[in-house]
Order: sequence, then structure tokens, then C-alpha cells
Amino acid sequence: MKKARVAIIDYGMGNIWSVQNALVEVGARSEVIAEPSLLAGFDKIILPGVGAFADAMRLLREKGMDRALGEKAAAGVPILGVCLGMQLMCRSSTENGRHPGLGWIDAEVVALQARPGIKIPHMGWNTVRFTRSSPLVEGIADGTDFYFVHGYHVACANPADVLGSCEHGQDVVAVLEHGNLYAAQFHPEKSQRGGLRLLKNYVENI
Amino acid sequence: MLKKRLIAVLILRDGAVVQSVRFKHTNSIHYDPVHAIECFNKWAVDEIVILNVSRQAASREGFAEVVKRISQKCFVPLAVGGWVTDAGYARGLLNAGADKLVVNTILADDPPLMETLARRFGRQCMVASMDVNNNQVWVDRATRATGVEPAAWAKRAVELGAGEIFFNSIDHDGARRGYDLGTLRAVCAAVDVPVIAFGGVFKWEHLVEGIRAGAEAVAAANIFHYTEHATMKAKRHLAEAGVPVRTEGQRV
Repeated sequence: MKKARVAIIDYGMGNIWSVQNALVEVGARSEVIAEPSLLAGFDKIILPGVGAFADAMRLLREKGMDRALGEKAAAGVPILGVCLGMQLMCRSSTENGRHPGLGWIDAEVVALQARPGIKIPHMGWNTVRFTRSSPLVEGIADGTDFYFVHGYHVACANPADVLGSCEHGQDVVAVLEHGNLYAAQFHPEKSQRGGLRLLKNYVENI
Repeated sequence: MLKKRLIAVLILRDGAVVQSVRFKHTNSIHYDPVHAIECFNKWAVDEIVILNVSRQAASREGFAEVVKRISQKCFVPLAVGGWVTDAGYARGLLNAGADKLVVNTILADDPPLMETLARRFGRQCMVASMDVNNNQVWVDRATRATGVEPAAWAKRAVELGAGEIFFNSIDHDGARRGYDLGTLRAVCAAVDVPVIAFGGVFKWEHLVEGIRAGAEAVAAANIFHYTEHATMKAKRHLAEAGVPVRTEGQRV
């Protein structure tokens, strides 16, 4: 089988090198891409990100990356969003005002609620339960812990999009699958064995 | 449910792993830091902290290089610190692959920088390290007393943008008698961000004591270098004591 070429989108926010290090570890071929014109020819895309939603959308738009990614998404190219990258795929976010997202997934990004014993941001290793099987999570035991850092979460309009969730004072969507679109709220690149397996699955199984 | 974290700390001086006893670093541990990280990765550690304790500011660039090498093999969160005294260097450490920055002296000398870093990189990125002795906080590698008591210091650190507190006790560092539980308890009660307990772990029960004192995460350094399969044994002890911990990494 031909080895997939993976584009890691760099729009100036966050953990691209960690993602690339993890892809190297699982034997994938990847390149960091900052220009929409360079997206051609990649089999798969990873959209990472750490930081504020509105800043990220502005940076994507400034370069026309939002449109270029939208075309890829519509053309059926697999795209994996990670953390903020997952949130950007949604319709809109209420983080510091109301901001439209890329709009590929019918979901709203809303604040996690603080409760007694529940700290915000949700930071640390939490147990993920899978709702069904998928090539993305093949070989990963139900109940594996993944590393999360986020203060907002994705509220899906369509429960069928949810592939895995965890509990942090409320149900939190941890993994999404919608056609050729995939996303993880946790950081697979920082979630040791389970996370590396998810990335390997994305590169090899999807 | 969120797990309590077990954190391995690597103390580096001029690129070498050293043992710390009351903030003196006389004993060099002879292995490559990258090798240490590969071991921690295979084992059950949940997060790694690397501190540059060199007294020379000129050590900064070499340290950033080590961070870069380590991050290539580090698939758990990586927090790094030592000589984080300007935004450019902070950015450089993050670009080298760090996920979080550990700051200490700027909380006393340059609070606006702390606020800037927290705004730019997010609170989740900022770990305020505090070194405690005789019920006050010391800075600058424990050479200067601030006269501020620990709980008040921790609160102030959170106001300035700290997303976590890394608690260390100068007296307990390397002293093998467990964490400074009294002060740790006061700090945990004072803030609503996670507190990482550090300094003095010599047996696994000390980790349990740290969690019971209110810490979200427990850290140790020396003990992990000298005990085989140390992090797995530590995890097992925590689990048996009823502490919720991540166990996936225990399979070898």
C-alpha cells in the first residue's frame, strides 16, 4: 500500500511540532503546511490548534485557508481536527462572543460548566467511552484514558456524529466522526499509547 | 472521571541530569535525558517536567536544544522551565516542543511578563513554581526570600495567570521524608487551580499523602532514577490506596 501523505495545517496556533513528532513515531509521512496553495496532493489533513476560537478563525481566513480546507472537506479528503481544530469544524462558538466556525459539523462550541469538584479548564487524563466501533479507534480499549486541555466543548446536534465521550461534570464529546471528517477533543499526540494508536489508525485505516 | 497525575521531574544542569538535595546539585546522574524520557514514556508516567537549574543564564540555549530533542520522543505533556525571563525565550521553548512553561522568579521580579505570557499562550500553559521554606516563598533558585507566605503567594500567582501551581519545599527537597504536607495543604486550600506536589518523595506512600493533602498531581525526581520500573510501582501503589490513576500505561 502506498504510504499516505499527511498535511499538518500551520496557522500560527499551537502544537504542530508535537503532532508531527507523533506522526514520525507512528511511521507516517507528514509535512507542515501554512499556505493553501501547497495543500494539493495530500491524502489526509490534520487541523491542530491550541488557543482562542476567534483568533484561530481570523488567522485561517487571512490566508484563505478556511476556503481551501472547505474545498478539501467537500471533496471527501479525510480531515482530523485536534482540540481547537475539532471546535473550528463546528458551526459556531460562544467563546468570548459569538463567532462562526468552518461549519462542517452541526454542532455548537459552548463553555464547560464549573461545579463543585469540577475544575475548568478540563485538564488531565480522562476515561473515554466509545459509542461504536470505527477504523479510527480500532485496537484501542474502551475506557482508555486520553489527555485533555480545554474550557469549551462541542455540543453535537446529531448524536450519530459522536464516536466517543468522557465525563467531566457533564458528558463531553471526546471523538467525532462524520463522513470523511474526524476529530478528537483530547490531544492524541500527548496521550501516549492510545493517542499514538489513534493517529496510526487515522494514517493507515482511513 | 479525571485522574490524579503522576509526574516525573528531570533536573538538568548544563544538559546533564542531576540529583537535587536542598537545591544543591552535586550528584550528576550519568545518563542522557532523552533516554530517561524514553523510559518514562514506556512506563506509566502521566506528564514530564524538566527544569534547568543552572545558575548561568547562558545555559538557556543549550537547554532549549535538549527540550527539542526530548520532545521528539515525549508523548505525554511536557512542562519546562528555568530562566524563562522573556517572551521570546518562552516562545522558543514552546516551539521546541514544550506544552507548558514553568515560571518562578518572574512572579516576583516581572509580574507583567507573567500576565503577558498567560494572555498570549493561555493559562493552561502557565505553571507557577513556588519554592517554600520557613513559611515563606523563595525565588531565583531559592537564593532570595520574598517574605510572602505560601498561600498568599499561590493566590497571587493565579491572579497573574497561573493555570497550575508546582509546589516545592526547599527543606524537603531530596530529604526523603515526604512532602511538606502542612504547607501543601494550605496552598491547595488557597487556590482553585491544580496543585502539583513536589519535593521529598522517598517511598510510594508519600505520593498518597500528597493527594490526600489536596494535590491534583504528585511529582518526584530522584526516586524515579534509582528504582527499576519506578513509575509503574508508584502507579500501582496509588491505585491500591484508592487514588484514581491512569492505568493503561502499565501494560508493558
